[in-house]
Amino acid sequence: MSELWTALGDPLLRAPLITALLIGATAPIIGTFLVQRRMSLLGDGIGHVALTGVALGWLVGAVLGLVPRDVLALPGAVVAAVIGAVAIELVRERGRTSGDVALAMLFYGGIAGGVLIIEIAGGTNDNLVRYLFGSVATVDTANLLITVGLAALILVVGLGFRGALFAVSHDEEFARASGLPVRWLNILLAIISALTVTVAMRVVGVLMVSAMMIVPVATAQLLAASFRRTMTIAMAMGGVIAGIGLIATYWLDVSPGAAIVVLAIIIYAVIAAARAVMQRRAPRRSTTPPPPATPQEPVIAKEAT
Amino acid sequence: MSALLARDVFVRLSGVEILHDVDLNVKEGQVVAILGANGSGKSTLVRTMLGIIPVSSGQVEVFGQPVGSGTPWADIGYVPQRIGAGSGVPVSVREVVTSGLLHGKTLRAGRAAKAAVAAAMEAVHIEELANRTVTELSGGQQQRTLIARALVRKPRLLVLDEPIAGLDVPSHLALAETLKELNEAGTTLVLVLHELGAFRPLIDRTVVLRGGTIIHRTAFKPNGREPSETSLEHDHVHPHEDPSDPADWLAPELRLEP
Repeated sequence: MSELWTALGDPLLRAPLITALLIGATAPIIGTFLVQRRMSLLGDGIGHVALTGVALGWLVGAVLGLVPRDVLALPGAVVAAVIGAVAIELVRERGRTSGDVALAMLFYGGIAGGVLIIEIAGGTNDNLVRYLFGSVATVDTANLLITVGLAALILVVGLGFRGALFAVSHDEEFARASGLPVRWLNILLAIISALTVTVAMRVVGVLMVSAMMIVPVATAQLLAASFRRTMTIAMAMGGVIAGIGLIATYWLDVSPGAAIVVLAIIIYAVIAAARAVMQRRAPRRSTTPPPPATPQEPVIAKEAT
Repeated sequence: MSALLARDVFVRLSGVEILHDVDLNVKEGQVVAILGANGSGKSTLVRTMLGIIPVSSGQVEVFGQPVGSGTPWADIGYVPQRIGAGSGVPVSVREVVTSGLLHGKTLRAGRAAKAAVAAAMEAVHIEELANRTVTELSGGQQQRTLIARALVRKPRLLVLDEPIAGLDVPSHLALAETLKELNEAGTTLVLVLHELGAFRPLIDRTVVLRGGTIIHRTAFKPNGREPSETSLEHDHVHPHEDPSDPADWLAPELRLEP
């Protein structure tokens, strides 16, 4: 126990820990909306595009002679991710068939563009590795302040517009028939998703960025019966998992990002297994309690368990 | 005043013309059924009139306002065929109904939301299901959840797209009773149906679509609200091409404005 307090008091761990906790708690806010609209892999797509932004930031830094060269990597990632996310949303809006192929082009183009541009800028693929797999241990005070600002923005938008974003994510057609600004709300969600990805990229890297947004939500929906409760549980779970995963690396010589993601998946697997066992043991619950007005209604849809 | 007005409406989707020269005038307080076979354009017509699908040419008005930024969205309730596609996360009945309070530029439910949601759920007898996950409910319960979502904003116009699809006869009767109460309270109703069934006593007028065109119009209650002895009994969809133009054989007082 005393070792834990020693670890928590270590100044080297303080900024990374706060960063991990903030991102762990805020990423599932956006993840809940993405899971709701069955776009769980959007974060992956945006992450690939963000890598091109990292390389572009690196290129500009090299051209301007900035030190260190990657000082513009994060701003570059934010700009590229936002542009990519809005493009993905506009493609999605126009139709799914052609959009599927267009999205694939964007994903592969994003990562290939990143590799090409970093080489043109005089860097090597090794320079991209910290963005691919995360580098939360190197977070300094300036990075922490940026993370705090972006996390606050994600909180304000994600929770402040929760009702409207839920309405659009749950039933877009009804939202249109209600005159809600569907396109703008979708673009807002795309932009805030891009910001979440670029912030989370620092902790777990591009390749695992979706995990911080999605896995806590997948776990929470095993425990909750409502959207609001799913989001709340996912936020708490995401923060705790990110914190524990990072602290564990104080003793274990493993990548913090990988530790966080693996821990999240283990917790999901344990809860899913426990739930399955409990459901098997419990008496089967009727899904059709006959109300007074409409007895014996047929079940036409039942959530897969 | 017209609750819904469509004039010379054409709709093309992906280069295919779905609706051709459709005219429809639904007056306030009326109950109008839009009938037709699958693919006849019924759902496209109501979705166009609600602004979900843009018109290619023609004009659509809701309560005298063109569909768009000036539309009185708070006055319109829409009940789609099914719960929306996006349901990856568990959603409670209360949350679905509450989302009906958002419309136009109203992006937050407001302080009176709790009472309004409770009243809407009570109106369709689902208050005991408030905290249940919608996807675990029966078809009838889901349908009533969608109706409560539409009713929560107290609309003057309620549009229901095939509300009895997948439901059994007791559910038809319960829904017809609910709609009757709403219409008696002054709500204009537009129903997309395959057949009139339990809704027959409610209906003021029917229009029949085939191939994206209105081929038949029938009035049951020419005086608007009260059944008339001169009402034309004609509650089936023709399985064949209508032998004559209804304008030729309808009594002048039953001919309807488009």
